[in-house]
Amino acid sequence: MWRSCFRLGASGGSFPCRPCLVSAAPVGSGDQAGPLSLLRRSYAPPAERKKFYQNVSITQGEGGYEINLDHRKLKTPNARLFTVPSKALAVAVATEWDSQQDTIKFYTMHLTTLCNTSLDNPSQRNKDQLIHASMKFLDTDTICYRVEEPETLVELQKNEWDPVIEWAEKRYDVKLGSSTNIMGPDIPAKTKEVFISHLASYNMWALQGIEFVVTQLKSLILSLGLIDRHLTVEKAVLLSRLEEEYQIQKWGNVEWAHDYELHELRARTAAGTLFVHLCSESSAVKHKLLQE
Amino acid sequence: MVALGPPARTLRALLRELRHLNSVRGQPYQDMAAYRYLMEAFRAHRVTSEKLCRAQHELHFQAATYLCLLRSIRNHVALHQEFHGKGERSVEEAAGVVGLKLPHQPGGKGWES
Repeated sequence: MWRSCFRLGASGGSFPCRPCLVSAAPVGSGDQAGPLSLLRRSYAPPAERKKFYQNVSITQGEGGYEINLDHRKLKTPNARLFTVPSKALAVAVATEWDSQQDTIKFYTMHLTTLCNTSLDNPSQRNKDQLIHASMKFLDTDTICYRVEEPETLVELQKNEWDPVIEWAEKRYDVKLGSSTNIMGPDIPAKTKEVFISHLASYNMWALQGIEFVVTQLKSLILSLGLIDRHLTVEKAVLLSRLEEEYQIQKWGNVEWAHDYELHELRARTAAGTLFVHLCSESSAVKHKLLQE
Repeated sequence: MVALGPPARTLRALLRELRHLNSVRGQPYQDMAAYRYLMEAFRAHRVTSEKLCRAQHELHFQAATYLCLLRSIRNHVALHQEFHGKGERSVEEAAGVVGLKLPHQPGGKGWES
């Protein structure tokens, strides 16, 4: 159900699809337009626009780094000035804008989307709500939710997913465990507290990224594995799609569906992970003295 | 536990992706801000005597993630163009699929005037 929100449907791609996810979040907090559907429509720009600029450059302003398209400064959909705190992120966003040809395909510009969402916060969620949104996925975490048959799939899930659960249990000193129960695994409250306090150590921008990745992979533990650099993006996506890969091996691959979704999922997950790392790092260059 | 391989391979693959991005524009990819930033970052983190340098591993992971991002976007757009990019057929084409032709009415259709 969640995946269908992201499919490139007849609408030709919805630019920031993430307002779709906020159906559970309270709307009454802001003075914004009433029903959530209006909010979604008013925040989404047209799917494709002609490329109206030639050069993309980066300048440093007071709030951070800004992107210039020709001589105009880039703005978010809510007409705020587009500033990012990290130079690497600015370079990556500029490359996204630079790589567009003829038409601007907003649905390929994941880093820009994430920056826009962090700057505008259209769903007006605070830190606790973001953490809560990510934690919701833990109760039905993909790698804890097992099947009972067919046998080979059960084996595959055990061999691939159990090591990740062990790593998470060791790294965070919590109890997880998997289950074939339809209600999902039974996660103790202490485990949830540990994760909540761990997530609280990230800033707002990084949390937007984390929530994005968790929603893509449908698993909090896999996302933590990515953020802690324990898994590569390709591996995490493979683990998230384990059953699909199993069925593909059995019944065959449909390029225009399976590969399409695979690459889209990889792109979004990679963008989210990169976003989290670039927003939560602080680099200091220490020069080593050359010993004569 | 991450099997990333040698950093040189990641860098080479990244440069190949940047070259793809720039191939249509005809400009050399050495001008790109991304190219300059990447080369600077890779050079800066190379000089270290630590075998298990954490910063180097962090940078390599970031580079590998960025490579995955560029590669998947390129593949995704290519698949979209190939399979989902055609849009709807026009009325003439739709009739032509089953071997019919639209009627030619010199006076225009009755309800159009």
